[in-house]
Amino acid sequence: MNRRAAICVLLAAPLANCGGVQTALGGEGAEGANFVRLFTVFMIVCAAMYLIITVGLIVALRRRKSALTLDDRRHHETSPVLRPALAIWTALVVTGLAALTVASFLTDRSNAAVARDSRLTLTVTANQWWWDVEYHSPDASRTVHTANEIHLPVGVPAEVILKSNDVIHSLWIPNLAGKQDLIPGRVTDLQLVPRKAGQYRGQCAEFCGIQHSLMALDVTVESKADFQRWYQAQLQPAPPPAGSLEVAGYGYFTTRECSSCHNIGGTPASGQIAPDLTHFASRRSIAAGTLPMTQANVARWLADPQAQKPGNHMPNIGLSPDQVRALTAYLGTLK
Amino acid sequence: MTAAEKAKAPPIDVPRDGPELTGAELQRRLARTWDSPPGLIGWLSSVDHKDVGRRYIVTALLFLALAGALAIVMRLQLARPGNDMVGAARYNEIFTMHGTTMMFLFAVPVMQGMQIYLTPLMVGTRSTAFPRLNAFSYWTYLAGGCLLWVAFILNIGPDVGWFAYPPLSGPQYGIGKRADIWAQMVTFTEIAALAAAVSLVATILKQRAPGMTLARMPLFVWATLVTSLMVIFSMPSVALASGMLLSDRLVGTQFYNPVERGDALLWQHLFWFFGHPEVYIIFLPATGFISEIVATFARRSVVHYPIVVLSLVATGILAFGLWVHHMFATGLPRVGYSFYTAASIAVSVPTGLQIFCWIATLWEGRPRLEVPLLYVIGFIFTFVIGGLTGVMIAAVPLDLQLHDTYFIVAHFHYVLIGGAVFPLLGAITYWFPKLTGRMMSEGLGKVGFWMIFLGFQLAFFPMHIAGLNGMPRRVYTYPAGMGLELPNMLSSIGSLVVALAVLLFVVNMVKSVLVGKKADPNPWNAPTLEWATACPPPRYNFAHIPMIDSRTPLWDQGKRMPVVHGLRVEDRELLLTSVLAAEPDVREPSAEPSLWPFIATLAVTVMFVCSIFSPWAVLFGAVPVTIALIAWFWPKSPVPDPEPTIS
Repeated sequence: MNRRAAICVLLAAPLANCGGVQTALGGEGAEGANFVRLFTVFMIVCAAMYLIITVGLIVALRRRKSALTLDDRRHHETSPVLRPALAIWTALVVTGLAALTVASFLTDRSNAAVARDSRLTLTVTANQWWWDVEYHSPDASRTVHTANEIHLPVGVPAEVILKSNDVIHSLWIPNLAGKQDLIPGRVTDLQLVPRKAGQYRGQCAEFCGIQHSLMALDVTVESKADFQRWYQAQLQPAPPPAGSLEVAGYGYFTTRECSSCHNIGGTPASGQIAPDLTHFASRRSIAAGTLPMTQANVARWLADPQAQKPGNHMPNIGLSPDQVRALTAYLGTLK
Repeated sequence: MTAAEKAKAPPIDVPRDGPELTGAELQRRLARTWDSPPGLIGWLSSVDHKDVGRRYIVTALLFLALAGALAIVMRLQLARPGNDMVGAARYNEIFTMHGTTMMFLFAVPVMQGMQIYLTPLMVGTRSTAFPRLNAFSYWTYLAGGCLLWVAFILNIGPDVGWFAYPPLSGPQYGIGKRADIWAQMVTFTEIAALAAAVSLVATILKQRAPGMTLARMPLFVWATLVTSLMVIFSMPSVALASGMLLSDRLVGTQFYNPVERGDALLWQHLFWFFGHPEVYIIFLPATGFISEIVATFARRSVVHYPIVVLSLVATGILAFGLWVHHMFATGLPRVGYSFYTAASIAVSVPTGLQIFCWIATLWEGRPRLEVPLLYVIGFIFTFVIGGLTGVMIAAVPLDLQLHDTYFIVAHFHYVLIGGAVFPLLGAITYWFPKLTGRMMSEGLGKVGFWMIFLGFQLAFFPMHIAGLNGMPRRVYTYPAGMGLELPNMLSSIGSLVVALAVLLFVVNMVKSVLVGKKADPNPWNAPTLEWATACPPPRYNFAHIPMIDSRTPLWDQGKRMPVVHGLRVEDRELLLTSVLAAEPDVREPSAEPSLWPFIATLAVTVMFVCSIFSPWAVLFGAVPVTIALIAWFWPKSPVPDPEPTIS
């Protein structure tokens, strides 16, 4: 990735992070790669312009001869050379900017062309402060419902339909593509063409209320076979609880407040206003990227969601430590 | 003096300035006529543009300090990942207050304050047009600022961002009165800005000294004319937007509610149709400062004056065709976006031409590296980076990645601090003697410049990288391990350096006001008319109205500047001139000091604040406002004096 290296150098190498899970310099998607290429072009042209201006300024300040100033009462005169200089400067600026504009248009066209042959369609619906994800299939029984994560097969163009249930959000997975707003009352869309397998991170990029900061989602780009395996697993209902602790947790989940908001496929818990938890334990994080998925973090979250993500819509329902333990054990079975 | 010579002989009974009445006697009588009444009442009823301008500047600088303190709190919170110094809710309030205060209560008002103070002096007149409206403008601005900050202190300050996008700011999601206070504060400041702009446009077009044709106007006055017209054309858009938001929240009009067939994007169009010109309303006066400072310290007039003027006008027009570039991620049609990409890139052409003209002026001149010019150099080094990143985010494919990230935060701080605050600090240093009668300390000024210039780069350059590394704006925290720790720590350290530098600037100002070197009328040997009168100027600005035949009158005409005679001495009277050629037109009475603008502001404040809580307040609150306005405009004398015309 020579281009990437070039940008890293241009941007004071030690600071730029070109290998991260959430970086615009990653270029792991078609649009992301276009960004890296176009950004490099802009950087070079802009750096040249900056150099011309600052060198010009320094030379002008250090020049000490043949001044046309008040001291010789020639302060209204200008050297004849300045007229062609202005013409050259104007031509240079206009040419440079026109070239950048054309480069921008061409890249935009290339991004738009990606959209024509999507083979995977999913809908991401934003809520304060989590993402609802639904994979569509002509066969309704093969529709997958999940939350705060998306999986994509590498090399397959995917169309992401974007909706919002409350305020304006913006879906940004910088490694793959630019951002797109999710606006209540409108449907927008985003085309993703992942080119490199890996684990990435997306985040809400439009201020959407108190927990805008903790509204991320995990993105997994994997081989087609891995994607199919994941998809098949997502189609399964949740397994029945086995051990006594898990059974107790299942009991709490289905009889206490949990099930009025959350859905777990194959159980009586069928709430629709909070993230679907059918395969909760197979995800990488809890509460839209707030905490990594570990038993300890699940327990911490259940004990007091407001302490982990203040202002979110999951109330502290006053679970006892035993109940937290049981629920954590049960949720851990939802692979 | 052709026009004045043709003047009819004035009636003998009215004292006028002229050969028979000049020197100390004239100055004594003019001072009596133009003085404000003594005491608190007199202070509140002053309509002197110098009082209004100074109050604007001082108040705006106080708001700068408050919003700057909030910035430091944010930088401390963001210094480390996962920090919990400031909670989510409080952080959202803080960044909303920071942005709102900086844009509405600091940047635009401080520029208008400088314009109100300087414009009448630069065009050679004794007062602004509509001086009472000018006073009303300041009081209304102050009321709006107090409303916002009192609400913040009472913990009912806005928390929806300075842009207040519905539905987040609408009745369903923006609960409580926080968003209403934001919207009503906007109403106050837009009235204030409109009032000041109207007054400035009229002053510039009709009160220029005889001979100051449009082509001889100082470049700062040109910048003021263009920005004031921009205020007049852009503010109604945000007035409409915030008015509709208030009525959505107060009486359920549903303009922005998609569930009731309103449209959330309508707000963004209206807001940015104001919001983008707003950036140039802040930036163009700064280019005016630059042009004046460059001319004085290069000791020659600005090269290619017509190009600079046309650049100002072109920027003012193009600024209204860019607003959609704030909305590239909203999914509007791609073809439409292309026009806004082209327009947004094109707007950098006139600014590029201005930069050429300034550098060419320094090239042709013999620059003196004093503090105001240092700020101009700092401006070019810094602002050009912001302008070039602006070109980047004009391109849709780049903007979709960079929009709403810290790259944008870096971009607009480079533009607004580099492009407007640096020139402002240079301008304050430059015009400080005119404002206070004393010079600022050069040593402290130089140390302060280098601190703020370097501290700024340390604070804001790493933000470009934080944005590219995936950091969105308006987040109160970020996770470790994404390459964000180092840029954020550097930014936080840099912000402390900037804070110290600003503190040093304030120390320099206070020290210089108290014990600074007393200034002559023209300490920098500058060419424009404001330097033709004392530092600080007397109440009446000029004992005689000068006549101009050059762009740099003090350099070309020197001490032998011809003047106009025949203005009344016992009454406040101005000379109006024609719009293009500035030929003497009529003499016009100028308003006396009055308490009514202040009382009208009180009435308006009661109406606006109460209408946050009940729509009936608009009805009942209109009564005291009407009474105050009737008293304000009540004719002083039923029989007008006979008015001989001049030509």
